[in-house]
Amino acid sequence: MAEVRVTDLHKHFGAVHAVRGINLDIPDGEFTVLVGPSGCGKSTLLRTIAGLEEITEGEIAIGGDVVNDMRPRDRDVAMVFQDYALYPHMTARANIGFGLRARKMPQAEIDQRVGRAAAMLGINGLLDRYPRQLSGGQRQRVAIGRAIVRNPKVFLFDEPLSNLDAQLRDEMRGEIKRLHQEIDTTMIYVTHDQIEAMTLADRIVLMRDGVIEQQGAPLDLFERPVNRFVAGFLGSPKMNFIPAKLMREDGDRIILSDGISLALPRGRLSTNAAPTDVLLGLRPEHISRAGGEPMVAGTARVDATVDLLQPTGSRTFATFSLGGVPVIAELQAHDVSRVGEKIPLVLNLDRASIFAADSEKAL
Amino acid sequence: MTPAVKRPVRRSRLSRTPIWRILFLTVFIIFVLAPLYWVFVTSIKPSDDYLAIPPVWYPDQPTIIHYTAALFDYRGLNGLINSLIISVAATFLSCLFGTLMAYSLARFNTGGQHLSFWVLSQRFLPPIAIVLPIFLNYRALGLNDTHIGMILAYTVFTLPVSVWMMFAYFRGMPRSLEEAALVDGCTRWTSFWRVAVPLAAPGIVAAAVFTFIACWTEFFFALVLTSRNAYTLPTVFRAFLSFQGAQYGEASALAIVSLVPSIVLGVLVQKHLVRGLTLGAIRG
Repeated sequence: MAEVRVTDLHKHFGAVHAVRGINLDIPDGEFTVLVGPSGCGKSTLLRTIAGLEEITEGEIAIGGDVVNDMRPRDRDVAMVFQDYALYPHMTARANIGFGLRARKMPQAEIDQRVGRAAAMLGINGLLDRYPRQLSGGQRQRVAIGRAIVRNPKVFLFDEPLSNLDAQLRDEMRGEIKRLHQEIDTTMIYVTHDQIEAMTLADRIVLMRDGVIEQQGAPLDLFERPVNRFVAGFLGSPKMNFIPAKLMREDGDRIILSDGISLALPRGRLSTNAAPTDVLLGLRPEHISRAGGEPMVAGTARVDATVDLLQPTGSRTFATFSLGGVPVIAELQAHDVSRVGEKIPLVLNLDRASIFAADSEKAL
Repeated sequence: MTPAVKRPVRRSRLSRTPIWRILFLTVFIIFVLAPLYWVFVTSIKPSDDYLAIPPVWYPDQPTIIHYTAALFDYRGLNGLINSLIISVAATFLSCLFGTLMAYSLARFNTGGQHLSFWVLSQRFLPPIAIVLPIFLNYRALGLNDTHIGMILAYTVFTLPVSVWMMFAYFRGMPRSLEEAALVDGCTRWTSFWRVAVPLAAPGIVAAAVFTFIACWTEFFFALVLTSRNAYTLPTVFRAFLSFQGAQYGEASALAIVSLVPSIVLGVLVQKHLVRGLTLGAIRG
C-alpha cells in the first residue's frame, strides 16, 4: 500500500503535448478514477505511473520514493490492461503466477498465492485453461488475478471493462468495487465511461487536453462542476445548457431568449462580478412535472410542449424547447403520454448551475 | 396417410466438390508429381533404360548403384554433410539475428521509417552483382572454401527475408503483452524471451524453413566461393555433366537424396508453417 504523488508532470509525444503539468496526490488506499474523453491524456498519465512511458518533465513518487528512473518491474505496481494482455501460450494458472515466477518466488508459495487469488475471484475451476478457452469475463478475472496475486503497492486499471458487454460490465464493476473494499490498496482506474467513474471512485479526476479540469468526490463534481465541460461530461443524459441573460436588479434573475424570466434563489451565484451572458445548466433530473402542490422556494414553473419522448421503463425522457434550445427532462413514466402534449414543469433552480457564456466557468 | 418423409441424403465431401475442381486438382497433382516420379524411377533404373523407347515406367530390376556412386564416387555424401552444416548454421543465425532485428524494428522503430525497407532492398541486388566483391574479400580474409565463409554469406543473404517475416509478425503482436510482462517483473530482455519469442514461434519456424530451403538449394554462391572443402550438395550436380555424357542415374539419385531433408522439415513444421505465413499479416 502506498500513496502516489504526481508533480508537475509533462509528457510529449513528438510535437504532441499529451500531459500538461499534472499535479495529483492520491492518498494510500484511495480508489481514484481518471476520466475524460478520448485523447485527454488519462491513459498516458497511468502509463507514466506504471513506467511504460518515460516522462518528459516532472516527478512521480510512489510510497514516498521518486520512481522517475525506475523500471516498471521495480515500481511494485500491477496493471490490468484494456485487452487483458493475457499470455496466450500460458494457462490461467501460469498467467496469474507469471509475475511471481519472474521474481523467483518459491513454487510452493506461488501455488498458494495463485490459489488464494483464484478463490477470491471465483476462477478456481478455470486455472488449467488457456486464455482462448475463457470467456471475456473470465479473462478479465484472470487478468485481475494476475494483478492481485503480487500484492503490489498500487493497482493500475486501464479501461479494463471496455471490451465487455453491458451486463458483464456491470457485474465486473461490482467485483472491482468489492475487491477494493477487501484488499484496501491504492487503485488508479482509467475510463472514459462517466458511470463507471461515478460508481467506482472515491475520487474522480476529470481530464481534458492533458490537464485536470476538476478533481474531487464524485458527488462534488456532479453537483458543483467548476465549468461547463465537467458539468456536461458527468451525468446521463447530460446537463441541459440554456443560453440566457443574467439580470441583477431586484435579486438575480435569468431571462431566457423566449422571454421567460426565472428568479434565482438568493446566494445562488458565488460571485458578484457575473457577466450578463450566461448559460443556465439544468440536469434532466432537476426538471419535473408540476403537480397541484404549492411552489417551493428555489423553483420555477414553466409550461412546455413535448417534442420527443424516450420511455425507459421507470422513467421517461421528454424533450421540449426552452430558451430556444432542446431541453431534456427526466420525468416519471406516466407524467406524459404523447408528443405534442403541453405540460407544466418545475425547474429546480436551487440545483441549477450557472456558467459564464464566454469562459464557460461556473459562477 | 402419412406424408412421405424425405430423408436428407448424406453425401461424402468428395461428391460435394464440383467435378471441374477435382479435374483441375488431378491435372495439377500430375503436373507436379510426374517429374518427381520420373527422377525417382531414373535413380533406380539401369543405365540402358534411361532413354529407352518406349519409356521404362518402372524398371524390372531396380538398382541402388546410382545412389552409392553419387554419394561416394562423386563425393555427394561430403556435399550433403557440408550442406547440412552450412544450412543449419546459417538458418540458426539468420533466424536469431532476424528475430532480434525484427523485434527492434517493430517495437522501437529502430532506424525510423527507412531501415526496415533498406533491409529488404538488399534482396533487390542480383547475386551476380555482389559475388565478385565477396569472392575477393573472402580471398583476402581467408574465408574462401570454408564452412564459416559459407555460413556467413548465407546468413547475410537470407537475413532480409527472416527480418521481414518476423517484422510482420511482431508488428501484429499486441504491445500490451510485453508491457504486462514488464510490469509483472520482467526486464525488456526477459519479456522478449518469455513472452514475445514463444508467441512468435510459428513465425520463426516459417522463417527457418524458408531460410533452410534457400540455403539448401543455393548454387551460385556455393559455386564461386567453394572448391574442395566446403562444397555443398547443389555444386556436386555439375560433376554429372561431363564429356562422357550426362550421368542421369547419379544425378537423379542425388536429387532424391537432396529432397529428403526438405521434405522431412516440411512435414515436421507444416502446421506452424501455414500459421506463420498468415498470422503476421493479420492485425488483431
